[in-house]
Amino acid sequence: MSFVEYGDTIKDGDTAIVFLGHESMFPVKVQHGTVTQTKYGVIRHSTDLIGKKYGSKVTCSKGGWVFILHPTPELWTMNLPHRTQILYSTDISIITMMLELKPGSIVCESGTGSGSLSHALIRTVAPTGHLYTVEFHQQRAEKAREEFREHGVEHLVTVTNQDVCKNGFGVSNVADAVFLDIPSPWEAIGHAKSALKAEGGRICSFSPCIEQVQRTCLAMEEHGFTEINTLEILLRVYNVRTISLQIPDLGKASEDSSSIGFDSSNPSNQGSPCTNLQQGTVQFKSGVPLREMVGHTGYLTFATKS
Amino acid sequence: RKIIFEKQWFYLDNAIGHIYGTTFEVTSGGNLQPKQEMEEAATETKEAGTDNRNIVDDGKSQKLTHDDIKALKDKGIKGQEIVQQLIENSTTFRDKTEFAQDKYIKKKKKKYEAVITILRPSTRILSTMYYAREPGKINHLRYDTLAQMLTLGNIHAGNKMIVMETCAGLVLGAVMERMGGYGSIIQMYPGGGPVRAATSCFGFPKPFFNNLHEFPLSKVDSLLSGTFSTESLPSEPEDNALVEEESNGSIDDKQASLQETEEESTTETAMESNQTEEQETMDINAEDIGFKENQGKENKENVREKQRKQQERRKKLIETAALLREKNADGLIVASKFHPTPLLLSLLEFVAPSRPFVVYCQYKEPLLECYTKLRERGGVINLKLSETWLRSYQVLPDRSHPKLTMSGGGGYLLSGITVVLDKSKSDSSSLEALKMEEPSSKKRKVQDLHC
Repeated sequence: MSFVEYGDTIKDGDTAIVFLGHESMFPVKVQHGTVTQTKYGVIRHSTDLIGKKYGSKVTCSKGGWVFILHPTPELWTMNLPHRTQILYSTDISIITMMLELKPGSIVCESGTGSGSLSHALIRTVAPTGHLYTVEFHQQRAEKAREEFREHGVEHLVTVTNQDVCKNGFGVSNVADAVFLDIPSPWEAIGHAKSALKAEGGRICSFSPCIEQVQRTCLAMEEHGFTEINTLEILLRVYNVRTISLQIPDLGKASEDSSSIGFDSSNPSNQGSPCTNLQQGTVQFKSGVPLREMVGHTGYLTFATKS
Repeated sequence: RKIIFEKQWFYLDNAIGHIYGTTFEVTSGGNLQPKQEMEEAATETKEAGTDNRNIVDDGKSQKLTHDDIKALKDKGIKGQEIVQQLIENSTTFRDKTEFAQDKYIKKKKKKYEAVITILRPSTRILSTMYYAREPGKINHLRYDTLAQMLTLGNIHAGNKMIVMETCAGLVLGAVMERMGGYGSIIQMYPGGGPVRAATSCFGFPKPFFNNLHEFPLSKVDSLLSGTFSTESLPSEPEDNALVEEESNGSIDDKQASLQETEEESTTETAMESNQTEEQETMDINAEDIGFKENQGKENKENVREKQRKQQERRKKLIETAALLREKNADGLIVASKFHPTPLLLSLLEFVAPSRPFVVYCQYKEPLLECYTKLRERGGVINLKLSETWLRSYQVLPDRSHPKLTMSGGGGYLLSGITVVLDKSKSDSSSLEALKMEEPSSKKRKVQDLHC
C-alpha cells in the first residue's frame, strides 16, 4: 500500500480504512498481533487483515462484517485526526485543477495543518513532483512528517517548520504552484512570488472571510499577478429516496380512482419497489437534498504569475 | 495559417518564440507584441460625481456619431486612442461616479482594444473554454464537475483506468494530464472510433499515447460472456470494413487529430481559442474529402494500406481485450450521452475491488435509477449522488460581491467504491428487491446507516 500506488493485498504496516456503513469508517494501522474493536466485534489483524485483498468483506467476532478499503487521499480526508480545520475534497478538487497540477509539478503549501490537502497534492504530483510544505506550529509539523513516513510518501514531500509570512517557503524559483491557507495570506504573496518559477506559475489562496480576500487580491495585484479570480464551490449531496405522495380524495367514485391520469400504479416505473403500492398514492424516486449542508468553507482566489 | 477569433483574424507566425502568457495586440492581419503592462493612462481626469441624480438618459451624451467612430477605426487608429476620444466626447462622463467611470472605460476597452493572450493548454483552460463555448459537445460538464471527477476517481500516475466518454475527448485529456504518461488508459468508444478532438488540444507528447488503448463498446458484452475471442474475431475484418465504410468521418477524425497532436507538440503553439478548433474541424472535413478522392484514384494501394491498418487495429484490439480481461482496473470514469445504468453495470466488471468509480450525467434522474440498480447488484459501497455549485466573485475595493450571473447547472455525479462481490448475493440478485423490504437483522444494522 501507498497513498500514491495501489496495492492488491493488505500488508503489515499498511494504513487501511475500515468501512462500517455509510459515512461510518475509520483508519487502522495494520500490525501483526494487534486487534481493533468495532461495534460488530473484534478484528484480528494477523488473521483477518494481513494477506487479504483490499475491498474484502471481513467478518468480525460477533458475526457482523466490515469492508477493508485501500487508502486514498479522499478517504483519508474523511478519516484523518484533525489538528486544525481541514480542507475537504470538494475544495481540493477545484484547487488541484485550477493550479494545473499533474505528475512532475512542484508545489509549495502553507500551512500544512492536518495534511488533508497535502496528501491530495502529493498524490497528484507523484512520482516525479515534490511538495514543499511549511507549518509554523512545531508539533503539527512533526506530526505531519510522521504521517507522511507512515503513508510511504516521505520522498515526495519536505516539511519545513517556519513562519511563511516572515521566512517564506525555503525555496525559490522552483514551484509551478503555490497554495496558501493561512490567516494573513497577503503577507506571504511576496514570498509566494519568489518561490514560483521565473517563467511563471499559479497561485491559490483560501480564506473564509471576504476582507481577507480583498487584501489578498490587492497584494496580488501589487506583485504583478494576473488573471486574478475568486471562486466559491459548494457541494450538494442528495439522498436517493422513494417517495410516495397520497392522492387527495376529491370525492370521485371509487372505481374511477384506479384509472386516474397518473401512471402511479405502473409497476414498470423505473424498477422502484411498488409491490405494496396502496391505492391512491403516487410513488417516485427523488434525490432529496440533505437537511443541512455546508454553506461556506472559504473563498478561493486564483492568480497567475507570468 | 489564418485564424479567426472573436471577430478578428490573424496569423500566428509572430507569436512563435514568445513565452506563454504573452499578450498580443492585433493589427491588420498579423500579430504584434505590445508590452506586458499597459501604462495606466486614465489618471488625469480625477474629476467625478458622487451620484447619478442629475444624469438623464437622453441618448445624446456621446457626441461622436456611429460614422465618426467607424471613420476612426478605418483609419487604423489605436484602440486606446479611440477610447480616449469616446471619454472626451461623453458629456456625462465627468458627472459619473468614480466607479461608474471605471466601468465605462473597462467596457470601451473591451470593445476597442483587442488584445490576445496566448496560454499553454491545460485541463483548466480547455474545460473552461469548452463549457463556455461548446457545452453541448461535452454534455454540459462544467469544469468544477470535471475537477470533482478527477479527485473522486483518485486519478494519478500509475493507474490503469477505464474511461467511457462522449465529451469530445476532454475527459480523456484531463485523465491523461493527471496520469502524466504513467500507467494505462482504456477508452471505451461507441460507433466507429473514439473522438479525441479536445484531447489533441492538450498537445500531449507522443509517449503519452503509447499506453492509451481503445475498445469498442459494442464488443463489451461478448468480452464479458467469453465469446469474444472465439466467435467474434473471425468475422472482425468484415465488421471493421463495414464500420469504416459507414463512419469514415469519425475514423479520419481520429487519425487527423493524432496528426494534429504531433503538429501541435512540434510547433509548441497552442491557442486559447475555439475558433482554432472550428478551423481544425474544417480542415478535417477537407481531408475527409481528399481521402475519398484518393480512394478512387489509387484504389489498389489504398486497399493494401487499409488492410495493413486493419491488421494493426485488430492487434491493438486483442491487446486491449487482454488488458480488460484481467479485470483489475484501478477505476472507472463515465461521462457520456448514453444512459449510465447499463454502462456501469457492465463496465464495473472490469474494475478491481476497493477502487473508486465516478459517473457523470447531465440529469439527475438516470443517476437515481443507476443508484438503485447498483445497490441491487451489490459490490459497491459509499454510493454518493452529488452536484457542485460554483459561484465567482468580483473583488474590488468597496465593490466586492458575487458576480451577477452564475451557471445554472453543471451536471450530477454518482460516485462510489467497488468491493468484492458477494457470490451468494449476485446469484439471488432478483430476490434483492425483496430483501430490501425485509432485511435480516444483521443487514438492518448497516441498512439503517445507509438510508
